[in-house]
Amino acid sequence: MTLIKTNYNRRSFLKVSAATGGGMVLGFNWLTSCTPSGQEMLSIPDSWFDINAFIKIGENGVVTIMSPNPEIGQNVKTSMPMIVAEELDVDWKNVIVEQAGLDTDNFRRQLAGGSQSIRQGWQSLRMAGATARRMLMEAAAKEWNVSTSELTTENGTIYHKSSNKSIGYGEVSTIAAGLDVPEEVELKDVKDFKIIGKSKKNVDGSGIVKGEPLFGLDYKRDGMLIAMIEHPPAFGMKLKSMDARVAKSMPGIVDVITVQTEPEDKQWSDTNAFTTLVVVLGNSTWEVMKAKKTLKIEWEWDTRPESSDDHEQALAKLLEKKPDEPGRKDGDPEGAFRKAAKVIEKTYSAPFLAHNTMEPMNFFAHVTAEKADLVGPIQTPQYLRKSVSSILGLPEENISIMMTRMGGGFGRRLYGNFGVEAAVISQKIKAPVQLVYTREDDMTQGTYRPAYKVKYRAALDDENNLIGFHVRGTGIHGGPVFANRYPAGTVDNYLAENQTVESNISTGAWRAPRSNFMAGAEQSFLDEVAEVAGKDPIDFRLELFDRAINDPVGEKNDYDPKRYAGVLKLVKEKSGWGEETQGVYRGVSAYYCHNSYVAQVLDVIMDKGKPRVKKVWCAVDCGIVVNPEAARNQIEGGIVDGIGHAMFSSLTFKDGAPEQNNFDSYKLIRHPEAPMEIETFFVENGIDPTGLGEPSLPPIMGALANALYKATGERLYKQPFAQQDIVLG
Amino acid sequence: MAIFNLNVNGKQNQVDVEPDTPVLWVLRDHLNLVGTKFGCGVSQCGSCTVHINGVAVRSCATPVSMVGNQKIVTIEGLSRNANHAVQEAWLEHDVPQCGYCQAGQIMNAAALLSVNSNPSDEEIESAMSGNICRCGTYIRIKAAIKTAASKMS
Repeated sequence: MTLIKTNYNRRSFLKVSAATGGGMVLGFNWLTSCTPSGQEMLSIPDSWFDINAFIKIGENGVVTIMSPNPEIGQNVKTSMPMIVAEELDVDWKNVIVEQAGLDTDNFRRQLAGGSQSIRQGWQSLRMAGATARRMLMEAAAKEWNVSTSELTTENGTIYHKSSNKSIGYGEVSTIAAGLDVPEEVELKDVKDFKIIGKSKKNVDGSGIVKGEPLFGLDYKRDGMLIAMIEHPPAFGMKLKSMDARVAKSMPGIVDVITVQTEPEDKQWSDTNAFTTLVVVLGNSTWEVMKAKKTLKIEWEWDTRPESSDDHEQALAKLLEKKPDEPGRKDGDPEGAFRKAAKVIEKTYSAPFLAHNTMEPMNFFAHVTAEKADLVGPIQTPQYLRKSVSSILGLPEENISIMMTRMGGGFGRRLYGNFGVEAAVISQKIKAPVQLVYTREDDMTQGTYRPAYKVKYRAALDDENNLIGFHVRGTGIHGGPVFANRYPAGTVDNYLAENQTVESNISTGAWRAPRSNFMAGAEQSFLDEVAEVAGKDPIDFRLELFDRAINDPVGEKNDYDPKRYAGVLKLVKEKSGWGEETQGVYRGVSAYYCHNSYVAQVLDVIMDKGKPRVKKVWCAVDCGIVVNPEAARNQIEGGIVDGIGHAMFSSLTFKDGAPEQNNFDSYKLIRHPEAPMEIETFFVENGIDPTGLGEPSLPPIMGALANALYKATGERLYKQPFAQQDIVLG
Repeated sequence: MAIFNLNVNGKQNQVDVEPDTPVLWVLRDHLNLVGTKFGCGVSQCGSCTVHINGVAVRSCATPVSMVGNQKIVTIEGLSRNANHAVQEAWLEHDVPQCGYCQAGQIMNAAALLSVNSNPSDEEIESAMSGNICRCGTYIRIKAAIKTAASKMS
């Protein structure tokens, strides 16, 4: 048992008590997903008692747990309430999960990004459950006139063993709601967990398979207009003039307007190349779509148009330039390369990528003179509120944001320009609006995964020891190199450099930013270095980890070499690495990001002359796994996503315009190209949980390239691999 | 504008829309059946899959004027209480991540099983290749289709 001071959150809990009576959740009642987590329907209580911002308990013992963070498919709407329920000590069958709206008084970090929801919510979610449990016990102690220390709880019931008394949480919840928040609460030991670590089904699963209105695009309100935008067709262009006479005369069209959408007080999340937009407003989506096609718009150049050839040249040129300051330098790298017996040098590159969430960007807004009411899919509601406040000239407290379930995020919905746009449009047209992007609007809008190029050099001595390592990265925008990541710390002479190319193309975080390129490049390179050194690729990596464990170079290494080597050893054992099977070609990879360690072995077979991923073996160390089956699903999804983007996807430019705008020209991985099997192994170590939504994606690109090399004899340096005539599936 | 009488999920509905309006937008905007999803608008992703006379079609590229007396079934009408074998298998395998494409995947899978009660892996992959899952739940989808097939036979 762990004692934990509640002081950190005490003020906010007290504030909640003052706001009880149901008040704090009113206004956010749309989409209150009253889906019981169990199979049976629960009887909804007559009244609820707010114990704290996370927990309401009904008189019959049914518990509502608020899920504070946006749900983008990473399962937080199930896994975060599981953590609260664990410490509250209730039966999961009696739990209803409800999505919270943006409420910064009561919740911390309501953000979906960086695989951090569980990691950063771990303590506060446990504390919320434990605090409520303690208050319910104190209420029962008062009732029975005994000491709280004599009481125990189990599955929502409080017991006083010596007098053989018991009482349900629901029966004391009204008293508990009026008690002071305890100064100190006890947290469970990991070994006593009953909910955490046991697979629970997605709380929205039933709604999803029934087609219930869970997503942003499904939201409707009386009098709501549909709004669609037209943004410039190329980066570097801006609006010159517009003729909307035909559109305005079409059936169902209410108006065609232009809007400025750049907030004065910009947040990091305001990353948007197109801030002057033409907007068509009408009564139904199809009418607006048709009218949009009739617009006659003149665009003019504002900045110079760029093409993919320009990008390629700019990245290659910068890669040859030595930056003024290295990101990290250990020892004497150039000296090591001068005296090396062998030097291996390889350059890797990857294109811009669109996020392509299946649900295109959209948002609902209703702005009046006094307030703004926003509903929709957003990973960063807190930042959207700041931007909306700035652009509308309304105080933040007059702006409400309700997060819907999101049809994917992958980083795109960190950047809430569509929410700002919906608000500006509603303010101007003085009506509730739902802004809807077409797929083409979405794919050509920007905020792409940056295009990257990285050059690796490795120096081996005449006994094939790694004596020097040099990585230099460039990107549009932002260099991709993590200076303190492996193999930093394993080699005496090390140099890491990063440089950025400026561009008018907007870029942003895309699932596992930078890692989504670096892992594939680094792990392909190490595979090649191991081959030149005549060493088994796993043994070669483990040798380096041994150095980092026993005698690390430098003090800033951002990984734990024991845990890193641990997943590699685990996947080696589970996959039976080293046993050759006729017709099976294997690649290995390992990477650390989002505080978690992943190692993978990927098996390729040749099927009718084409490579096919037969199986992926994946070892993961992300500490405690809250919801194992959902965690496996995340790992599998990251692997499929990584294989797909490394193989097939690319966004290219000609004269500033994206050359792909829908799924007929932009290829995403489909059923026949997915691995036939993925098996995941989690390290059980009882360490507090770390990231899970992103870490399985980056390394798989390396495992794939290494296996394809074995199958085809071709090393792959340039994503997407399909452009090198490698076909999959 | 023109009046169309549509049989959707066993009920007759009258809508007054342009004849070229895709069934997708008739369902979503006029009949408030939003389970059928908009993904691409050009029959490339399968999120909008519905059944017309039992056949899986992409509703985003099917004009309402082509439907006539044919029967439309959407995800909302696939079963009464989410108890179609495919829906049950989806829950059993906890398939969805974001969930957005899954209505289309389920409708396509149900149509496949109605004509091929015991599809091979290759037949499943081929029949499902028009349905993109951006979250990458393909392996679970395949497993769920096999479970549904075994329960239906």
